[in-house]
Amino acid sequence: MGSYYLPHLKELEAEAIFVIREVVSQFERPALLFSGGKDSIVLSHLAKKAFYPAKIPFPLIHIDTGHNFPETIEFRDWLIGNLSVQLIVGSVQESIDKGRVREETGVNASRNALQTVTLLDTLEAFKIDAAMGGARRDEEKARAKERFFSHRDEFGQWDPKNQRPELWNLFNGKKHHGEHFRIFPISNWTEMDVWQYIKEENIALPSLYFSHERDCVVRDEVILAKSEYLPLKEGERVQRLVVRYRTCGDMPITGAVLSNADTLELIIEEVATTRTTERGTRADDKRGETAMEDRKKAGYF
Amino acid sequence: MSIQENNQLLRFTTAGSVDDGKSTLIGRLLYDSKSIFEDQIEAVKTSSEKKGFDYVDLSLLTDGLRSEREQGITIDVAYRYFATPKRKFIIADTPGHIQYTRNMVTGASTANLAIILIDARKGLLEQTHRHSFIASLLKIPHVVVCVNKMDLVDYSEEVYNRIVADYQAFSSKLDIKDVQFVPISALNGDNVVARSENMDWYEGATLLYHLEHVHIASDFNHIDCRFPVQMVIRPHTLGFQDFRGYAGRVDGGIFKPGDEVKVLPSGFTSKIKSIELDGKSIVEAYAPMSVTMTLQDEIDISRGDMIVRPNNQPNVEQDLEVMVCWMNQKTLQSRTKVIVKHTTKECQAMVKDIQYSVDVNTLHRIEGITEIGMNDIARISLRTAQPLFFDSYRRNRQTGSLILIDPNTNETVGAGMIV
Repeated sequence: MGSYYLPHLKELEAEAIFVIREVVSQFERPALLFSGGKDSIVLSHLAKKAFYPAKIPFPLIHIDTGHNFPETIEFRDWLIGNLSVQLIVGSVQESIDKGRVREETGVNASRNALQTVTLLDTLEAFKIDAAMGGARRDEEKARAKERFFSHRDEFGQWDPKNQRPELWNLFNGKKHHGEHFRIFPISNWTEMDVWQYIKEENIALPSLYFSHERDCVVRDEVILAKSEYLPLKEGERVQRLVVRYRTCGDMPITGAVLSNADTLELIIEEVATTRTTERGTRADDKRGETAMEDRKKAGYF
Repeated sequence: MSIQENNQLLRFTTAGSVDDGKSTLIGRLLYDSKSIFEDQIEAVKTSSEKKGFDYVDLSLLTDGLRSEREQGITIDVAYRYFATPKRKFIIADTPGHIQYTRNMVTGASTANLAIILIDARKGLLEQTHRHSFIASLLKIPHVVVCVNKMDLVDYSEEVYNRIVADYQAFSSKLDIKDVQFVPISALNGDNVVARSENMDWYEGATLLYHLEHVHIASDFNHIDCRFPVQMVIRPHTLGFQDFRGYAGRVDGGIFKPGDEVKVLPSGFTSKIKSIELDGKSIVEAYAPMSVTMTLQDEIDISRGDMIVRPNNQPNVEQDLEVMVCWMNQKTLQSRTKVIVKHTTKECQAMVKDIQYSVDVNTLHRIEGITEIGMNDIARISLRTAQPLFFDSYRRNRQTGSLILIDPNTNETVGAGMIV
């Protein structure tokens, strides 16, 4: 008693809730970009807390590549029902069928880059002027330069060299017609903060994050799940491994880690001692030194 | 609760250029606290080799954008994160060049602490003055002056003492409450994380020890109760037909259920019925908590209003004196119209007068100027279209700060601290 300070998780929570409430106050049609990953699950949890006892006053948008883990879709539908919130699904398959994008071919083909077109089309179709995402600055070097309120021009592009200064907790969401904002309420959280918060708040997660047995293919030192979306190269063989996922992207590009951690306690212990970044398991970031910056400029998450 | 959940968060800023060892210091803190991952180190090693360096350039860790990597400079504020068993840290790593004053100001606005680096061979430089002035202007509560490159002056106590004395003489002109000094070698790690074996004469704490223990619980104002209303929560659901909650973040003081409160600008008074978040009641709400408040009486309250105590009210005025840091290519003149964002309130305003600007290197006032440009710091008089509810920046960094927005381009063009 007598000492008035917030423990760090509470301070990060207070900051994120403030940002989410600012979004609803400053924008007409906000939405939350929901990937099914732990960061966007935490974001949904924070949104619920921010407006309780009212319901979350914006829809969740899921950009479905068609290459998701079935566990992710199952969890998404459960969560939507639980929060009684509207879900908008943008389908990459539809973008391909309509000829908006062309599917990559070859063994390392991925729909990762295609998502950007589907995402921008979906935001435009629903006239979304503020899209919240669970990206964090500690994930990747281009993201380290992101603002909480990140301005996008009428083409959905990010201009990293000409960002608005962001001071104190005064967020400027002013924009011209046709422009929109990407908002990152958990910018200041680290992977460890996210896991500690999930434990403290007892937040449900897809089973992928916990240790399980799975048929896998090891390609370029990355452990990939065997699936219909992953054509095998010659000489590759399927192995049964005990793994879990640190991030949750598309099946053909998200690498698993060998792990026996099947509880939050064990995962936190593992995160504390691990020596590689969580995006180190992502093939999409390995396409060049500034792969993330380039995708972000074009309008990626 | 586990120990980790009790950790405090310390936000600090480092300003400096490549030469004074800033990147090396950050690299050292991250590396020695085991916050750099193997794949990050590998990536930096590969980049360093590609560039033909014969050492691992740790500054590549913090320079993220393509143009920064190409030019080998930091353009924008980069945020870095690390933790020790004692605390969590957020570093706002800002470029130190005069061109980037606006970035230094940005990084400083949320910092508890500033690290100012001085090269032991060079002593106080113009940029030391600049960084210290900005720390003082932005009221960063704590400053640590690191006298770096002690290895290059034979770890000389005399050199260190002279720099400390010089700095104390200089900083007496500034408004910095808490200044500490540490002699370090970022390159060799002396007194950064581990105590130096080369400087027996130094009896103070290492830099990391200081970062872990500096008292920051009083950095927020816990005296003057200020609750700017962010939004009104009306569920319109069966269970909560009459619920009317005021959502916001506490900017000062301590609020408790039962407290008598006054609402600005209406002036109506009531009592706090409940303070809650996510349906769980909160006994005491203080900065920087985000909460939802309900009052005993039905009063018309909306975004931009402020809930305070009747016996401790902020200034309610339309004329403000403001120290402003200008952040845009387009210059600011008298009669310029801007949009002001202050707490959760937003209104139009006009610059009535430019009093003077400050030379950030010499701290001299420049009078009789008619316009201010990018990276200038000046004192201006502002007239707002509606009254603002504010405290002086010195008293409260939240209710004393504002930003200026260009009504045509929508860009954030200025950062203001109310005098």
